[in-house]
Amino acid sequence: MSHEKVLMKGNEALAEAAIMAGCHHYFGYPITPQTEVAAYMSKRMPKIDGGVFLQAESEIAAINMVIGVASTGKRVMTSSSSPGISLKSEGLSYLAGCDLPALVVNVQRGGPGLGGIQPSQSDYFHATRGAGHGDFHMIVLAPDSVQEMVSLVFHGFDLAEKYRMTTMILSDGTMGQMMEPVSLDMGEIKQYDKPWALTGTKCERKPNIVNSLYLQPEELEKRNFERYEKYKLIEETEPMFEEYKMEDAEVCIAAFGVAARVSQNAIDEARKQGIKVGMIRPITLWPFPKKAFASAAEKVKSFVSVELSMGQMVEDIELSVRCKRPVLLCNRAGGMIPTTQNVLDKIIEASKL
Amino acid sequence: MIVFEKPKALTDAVLHYCPGCTHGIIHRLVAEAIDDLGIQGRTIGVASVGCSVMAYNYFDVDMVQAAHGRAPAVATGVKRSDPNNIVFTYQGDGDLAAIGTAETVHSAARGENITVIFVNNAIYGMTGGQMAPTTLPGQVTQTSPYGRDVKTVGYPVKICEMLSQLDGAAYLERVAVNNVKNIKNAKKAIKKAFQNQVEGKGFSLIEVVSTCPTNWGLPPVKALEWLEENMIPYYPLGVYKDKYAEEVK
Amino acid sequence: MAKPIFNKDICKGCGLCVTVCPKGIVALATDEINIKGYHPAGVTDEDKCIGCAFCATMCPDCVITVEK
Repeated sequence: MSHEKVLMKGNEALAEAAIMAGCHHYFGYPITPQTEVAAYMSKRMPKIDGGVFLQAESEIAAINMVIGVASTGKRVMTSSSSPGISLKSEGLSYLAGCDLPALVVNVQRGGPGLGGIQPSQSDYFHATRGAGHGDFHMIVLAPDSVQEMVSLVFHGFDLAEKYRMTTMILSDGTMGQMMEPVSLDMGEIKQYDKPWALTGTKCERKPNIVNSLYLQPEELEKRNFERYEKYKLIEETEPMFEEYKMEDAEVCIAAFGVAARVSQNAIDEARKQGIKVGMIRPITLWPFPKKAFASAAEKVKSFVSVELSMGQMVEDIELSVRCKRPVLLCNRAGGMIPTTQNVLDKIIEASKL
Repeated sequence: MIVFEKPKALTDAVLHYCPGCTHGIIHRLVAEAIDDLGIQGRTIGVASVGCSVMAYNYFDVDMVQAAHGRAPAVATGVKRSDPNNIVFTYQGDGDLAAIGTAETVHSAARGENITVIFVNNAIYGMTGGQMAPTTLPGQVTQTSPYGRDVKTVGYPVKICEMLSQLDGAAYLERVAVNNVKNIKNAKKAIKKAFQNQVEGKGFSLIEVVSTCPTNWGLPPVKALEWLEENMIPYYPLGVYKDKYAEEVK
Repeated sequence: MAKPIFNKDICKGCGLCVTVCPKGIVALATDEINIKGYHPAGVTDEDKCIGCAFCATMCPDCVITVEK
């Protein structure tokens, strides 16, 4: 692919980026609003040497097929939307317990239950805290443009292999459906040794075993402590965020994905009215950019978390700023998106605190 | 000259199974088939959940341990990653015929080129003897203490009969391991199920009618008798589908 | 001359091998307990062994190796 920019839909750019990043195995199941990813893969994979697209019988089967490929050390992904991600949760826990790299995309829609099919960010807790049973984390990346969708797919695969864990791209219906010009050239892909991969012993080495069962509690505890050492390192080295007009800000907006795009407009509008407001946009939701918020708390008077949920990330901001400053919530839910005016009103309220 | 010894595809680990549990025989038959076909170096096994959860300690091949019922989906991923690998699952009745029914049916329907070893002993062994999808009518278990009442909990699932309706399934055979003759037949069937995969013939499943002396509450020898008197009449042995033999006809 | 070799340490004393021996020479020890706490299987009269390996075929624990 050339350096030229092409106009692509978010979901399709994500799929093409995965292929470009060396992911030649995709397993999925139809669900709105992510079906374009599967449809795109079904067109492209058969044209690739060794490419596999398989429509599984369920989300559960799809994530377990991902586990199968991941255990052989190859790049693999699945995508779904909120209710389907709930079904994949068992598999996400096994991926963590087996220390397998994989890329999982959640194009979020409103919930709970069958909910709706309009954009949402209400799987934030699921992605950052409760993706399945047991102690574990996934790396969670939140793009706010089609171009960033592409770059985070590349980065996501790299992190997954570097740390042998799942990366989740937390997108939403808006990100998936919108069209923007993108460049798919992301440079060279780093190769990692995978001595643990199941490739057949060739009768030359001891068998590799991919497993999450440890019946001795001492052993299981040890595995968990080791995994959390890795998580600690990730929390220190991998947080990503972007600041917008934070230099002189007195009010700090926190928003990711589509909420960040709306917030940017509201910030520009507020500044016209003389309110000093800026934004910290977390790109990694786990590891959460705690330090960025902690240091902002030394400078700003208040925070506003803008979310397409009943208020989930707001808890991470409160934790990061240790409740030193008030944190307001500006939210819409159920598939509704906060308007510029919604955010502007909240900025004005926050500036008066 | 050695007439009989432990196959190479088994490790030296001592099996954790109860005395007289036929899992050990079935493990050995799988390993013998792997030895006979010379595929040990490219075989990857998928262990399931149940008594055989720790099968990864016993087969001297690369192994992955799957969630309850999901072994055929995991095997699908492993196989699709490198079709040159020989991939098998080893599953019990609760795993394959209850919680994993969808994965079983659809891997068969897809004609997934894998080998499935299905151990049917009519009970959940690992959790202490609860009613399984294959528990016989009237059979007493921990969760059917008055005997399986088909009026309220329905009938056992006959996997070979059910899967034989699917065009995707290549080879389905039900065998038993209650005597030397049946064990020899079981060996032949298991070997054929692996051979089919080597030849790219598609989905092969061998249902092995087996015992659970501990949870049946019977001494091992009596359990084999119970199997012959009760299990085999309900689960008749034989080939339920051999797609390629049919084509030859 | 056939020779069945029993790895008595790993025998669980289930007795399946006993039932299939055509010569009736496989038996569980009555005066011996192995490291696992079972009465292990063995042969009573090795000279009568015909090396059919039925005992080994029936054994769930790969206790028995048969030489001829």
